[in-house]
Amino acid sequence: MTTAGPRVAPIATPDTAPFWEATSRGELALPRCRSCLTYIFYPRSHCPSCFSRELDWTVLSGMASLHSFVIAHLPAPGFDPPYVIAIVELAEGPRMMTNIVGVEPSPESLELDMALQVVFELQGDVMVPRFRPVDEGK
Amino acid sequence: MTNADVEVIGVGMHPFGRYTESSLKDLNRVACLNALIDAGIGVRDVQAVYASNAMGGMLQGQEMIRGQSVLRDIGIERVPITNVENACASGSTALRQAILAIRAGAADVVLVAGFEKMFVDDRSRTLDALESAGDLDVISGTGLQFTAVYGMRLRRLIAAGSLTLDDLATVSVKSHANGALNPYAQYRSVVTAEEVLASRPIADPLTLLMCSSICDGAAAIVVARPGVVAHREGRPTVRVRASQAASGFTSTGEEPGLTEICAASAYEEAGLGPDDVDVAEVHDAMAPAELIAYEHLGFCKPGDAGALLSSGETSIGGRIPVNPSGGLSSRGHAVGATGLAQVSELAWQLRGEAAQRQVDQPRIALAHNNGGWLEGESAASCVHVLERIESWN
Ligand SMILES: [Zn+2]
Repeated sequence: MTTAGPRVAPIATPDTAPFWEATSRGELALPRCRSCLTYIFYPRSHCPSCFSRELDWTVLSGMASLHSFVIAHLPAPGFDPPYVIAIVELAEGPRMMTNIVGVEPSPESLELDMALQVVFELQGDVMVPRFRPVDEGK
Repeated sequence: MTNADVEVIGVGMHPFGRYTESSLKDLNRVACLNALIDAGIGVRDVQAVYASNAMGGMLQGQEMIRGQSVLRDIGIERVPITNVENACASGSTALRQAILAIRAGAADVVLVAGFEKMFVDDRSRTLDALESAGDLDVISGTGLQFTAVYGMRLRRLIAAGSLTLDDLATVSVKSHANGALNPYAQYRSVVTAEEVLASRPIADPLTLLMCSSICDGAAAIVVARPGVVAHREGRPTVRVRASQAASGFTSTGEEPGLTEICAASAYEEAGLGPDDVDVAEVHDAMAPAELIAYEHLGFCKPGDAGALLSSGETSIGGRIPVNPSGGLSSRGHAVGATGLAQVSELAWQLRGEAAQRQVDQPRIALAHNNGGWLEGESAASCVHVLERIESWN
């Protein structure tokens, strides 16, 4: 089976540009509401909890846990199966859809709630956050 | 009878499957004419139409006026035609709009037409269209596929000990067994649990024989205010007891899920509870999603879905048969038509016309249809409750 076309690269908007600027520096950042302290994923112009527009871009720890995953066996644009699609829960709270890399794409090498850390991969001309298991012994 | 009463007076389908020679118009024509004939009315009796299609823009290039373009083929023109899209829940969403139009007094006889053609020259175009059932600002570039959302939910339930891989296989066997009895079904072969588990992995833990696939098809429903259309001699009356919709939200995983919220509204509107349901068609884009639906619709307690399945109570002949049509996974999932195929099946069941799939004298039927996804939760949900008015004898 062949790969279905090039990988789609995310497009930055004025609201998400700081997110991509951070990833290009090797940092994961999200807006945080100054009123209710909610971390906001995906990035947008206002807090979805209290509608405040007073947001502070905050650099996150880059740590997360594996909420769940599948091993995808069908090709998708830019992905050679098998690859891992996952929902991770950031240490700061929000969940995000991502891919797990740096590990064999098999159920045996992944465990729910395992500790993950962010890594960045070049996709098109943007650095995209993905996650890999935390290095043992560090 | 109150002003709010609405009856399902006609249902019809074009079989689900692969119909490379048929256009959207061809598929829709068969379903709509079957539904109109079933209702005993003609095209001139239709006062409004809600047209349901999800992917005709990307796959056929008909981004706009899909309803007007296919319905003129059967001479339905001039009356208001409204195009409805809610991903896999498009059909039930359109049905709800038709019910609301009648309740509002805007029309007495309304046609709901659902049609989808997913087999096109290039399979990757269909997969791209399916990917657009998510918020692309968030998922683009992750290679997210339809199956992954269900696969991730099921993996957590397996890890928690609420479900086993065998449960996933067993429910798929049940769906295929029911689909084998359904002349409208895409997949009509019986399979074994061993075959299900040994089939090609799609989104581990999901395998090929658990999943719905690319599908062409159409389904149509005629709803009407009671008494407007002459009652067909000897035909049991199917009345709408509840019609509810809800949308997805950013989930923490702690609060009730979308289906639970939508079902609670439907039970409240109907004045009924899960124990009153005699037959259900639930949203199982992957057969194991049926197990999640048992819990969310209240058919069993959290953690008991596997036990309910093993008890046989959700099989045809059980206490609460689920997906006697074969469900999305075996009857097929022609996206924009799916919600209406569910209601067609339930109308046949309530009227006692489901032939080999007939469940034992059902009075209350429930249809559950979800669509799209937002970070692990569906984007849209509809729950309809239908009632057979006449007693069985
Ligand atoms: Zn806030």
